[in-house]
Amino acid sequence: MFTYLQQLGQSGLTYCQKVGRSGVFLIDTLFRWPKLRQMLPLLVQEIYAVGVLSLVIIVVSGLFIGMVVALQGHNILNKFGAEQELGQMVALSVVRELGPVVTALLFAGRAGSSLTAEIGLMKATEQLDSMAMIGVDPLWRIVYPRFWAGFISMPLLALIFSAVAILGGYIVGVQWLGVDSGAFWTNMQSAVDFRIDVLNGLIKSVVFGFVVTWIALYQGYDTVPTAEGISRATTRTVVYSSLAILGLDFVLTAVMVGGW
Amino acid sequence: MQEKTVEIAVGLLIIVGVVALLMLAIKVSGLSPHLKKPGYHVTASFETIGNLKRRSAVTIAGVKVGEVSNIKLDPKTYMADVTMAINPDINDIPTDTSASILTAGLLGANYISLTPGFDDTYLTNNSTIEQTNPALILENLIGQLVYSLTNDKKDE
Amino acid sequence: MNSHNNNIVVIEDLSFYREGRAIFDRINLEIKTGKITAIMGPSGTGKTTLLKLIGGQLKPDTGHIYINGKDIHRISRRELYRLRRDMGMLFQNGALFTNLDTYENVAFPLREHTKLPEAMIRDIVLMKLHAVGLRGARHLHTSELSGGMARRVALARAIALDPALIMYDEPFTGQDPISMGVLVKLIRQLNDALGMTSIVVSHDVQETNSIADYVYILADGQIVGQGSPQQLNDDESPHVQQFIYGLPDGVVPFHYPAQNYLDDLLGINHGEINKPGTNQQEVE
Repeated sequence: MFTYLQQLGQSGLTYCQKVGRSGVFLIDTLFRWPKLRQMLPLLVQEIYAVGVLSLVIIVVSGLFIGMVVALQGHNILNKFGAEQELGQMVALSVVRELGPVVTALLFAGRAGSSLTAEIGLMKATEQLDSMAMIGVDPLWRIVYPRFWAGFISMPLLALIFSAVAILGGYIVGVQWLGVDSGAFWTNMQSAVDFRIDVLNGLIKSVVFGFVVTWIALYQGYDTVPTAEGISRATTRTVVYSSLAILGLDFVLTAVMVGGW
Repeated sequence: MQEKTVEIAVGLLIIVGVVALLMLAIKVSGLSPHLKKPGYHVTASFETIGNLKRRSAVTIAGVKVGEVSNIKLDPKTYMADVTMAINPDINDIPTDTSASILTAGLLGANYISLTPGFDDTYLTNNSTIEQTNPALILENLIGQLVYSLTNDKKDE
Repeated sequence: MNSHNNNIVVIEDLSFYREGRAIFDRINLEIKTGKITAIMGPSGTGKTTLLKLIGGQLKPDTGHIYINGKDIHRISRRELYRLRRDMGMLFQNGALFTNLDTYENVAFPLREHTKLPEAMIRDIVLMKLHAVGLRGARHLHTSELSGGMARRVALARAIALDPALIMYDEPFTGQDPISMGVLVKLIRQLNDALGMTSIVVSHDVQETNSIADYVYILADGQIVGQGSPQQLNDDESPHVQQFIYGLPDGVVPFHYPAQNYLDDLLGINHGEINKPGTNQQEVE
């Protein structure tokens, strides 16, 4: 009994230490003078790797999710004779929730895991050490541009996801199920508020981008430098990111609904 | 060469992202540029406004001509003062126009319907519409109906 | 501090623990400027750890490491990074940057630390690659290099900024005899031609002895032998003898600590182990 308690405390302390270390890592990475001229080419390179390469999966999933929401929504709204409200339903669910959350989950799976694996591999093959021994801080040269790339890419991807999903809803609702095009858009416009819905969704995606990139980079940097360590770190990135996204989504929504 | 492709791709990503934001702003949330020129404001006092909200539609003959820009309570008369922003191109609404709060369908949202009068003078910025019909509250209507029905029975 | 005059690295009273185990227990060590010093010892004695301590990547639990008279763990991060430009380190597997090709790998330190024009960088990179015999391989991607070539490219990168001190981490491990010979020759040549100081960490006795000016042998967190290769060959100490001649049994036993062989076979459990201090799980 006592040993169990002891183990519990031990693992609690270890966990605390890990959280603290990741915080120190974040501060070490971010609090430095940006040397823009050196940074920019690296940043562009990383936005390409993190953002552009995730674009296909984001667009395809966005399209399908928009189509499914329209299909399901039409099915339900039809019972109340309210198909006219389909545009509103698709837009609100996508802009407020599905856009930021699903994009962040996909982003964690596609970009986050690859960031972790890349940095973990660099650590395992001593590339990070050798860079440090050359006198170049890997936090600066490797982690910093990747962090900003994730932070910038994620909201862009979420916006694209939402736009594509609404187009998908339009295709299914209007072109296929025959909802009136004018009613689709006007009902949507009267229901969706730019500040409350679109901007809040954007804020969510910014927060998710920050958290997912942070988790991915830290897991990569903290990898046990073996093949097994890298594969575990990659798994942890996806699991922790997903939990963080869903948890934070609830908190953010509660704040947004309650406060604004 | 390869560096160039990367840069172009990233540029495209950013442009597409901004276009998506514009689409969400204009096409989806109806944040259209003409709202920036606010038009002129007209106020009207109602006994009750039901579920009327800011940004509810203001219509004439079913055509949207503006929206509710502000709602506040007059502390003396206990009436609801509703300010409407009317599109600037609709500038010939007669002064004796009446305003009613109607409901779209049985359960739909409230909106204001203006019924134009016959005066030769027109509403301008900060004018007031004197004739108003309050929102019909469904519960009150049912109450009245039940009351009159029971009264009818007593009379018999 | 007289000893700092002709010693580029001075290690005083150094201890380092990992998970409660002493990797180094109060060792003292000096590296003479301009010489090749070898640090040898069986696997797991923390030779690589020693290099990381010298490079300032790890912090010792006690003691000091002076490089050119500066305590490397007392200076600021910024100063440490500046000092590292004067050090080169060759990692066990080269540790080339996989997202850059051979040429860019060698050019990396130059681009990061100097503002030289492109033409000058090109000249220096070609010179360094020529020195390791790989000028013709400059367009190859790192994945196309063999293990020995990768190490030579990494060597060219390590000497790109003409460091005063270069550290080799197990340069001979896993090399075929030819690349081993090439590396041996390169280390000696670079040391003499460029006036560098070299530290070679290795357990390949023959090759290391053929180039080292001075050798330290580590075992169990202590320095168990030191001297020129010739002196060590005649050293009577059992640790040194076992290591130099590669004897399978001796001070370092052939058997991992275990309970009595016969008892183990018969299934008799005394609940105790011959040698304490091993992390056996407790028996229920």
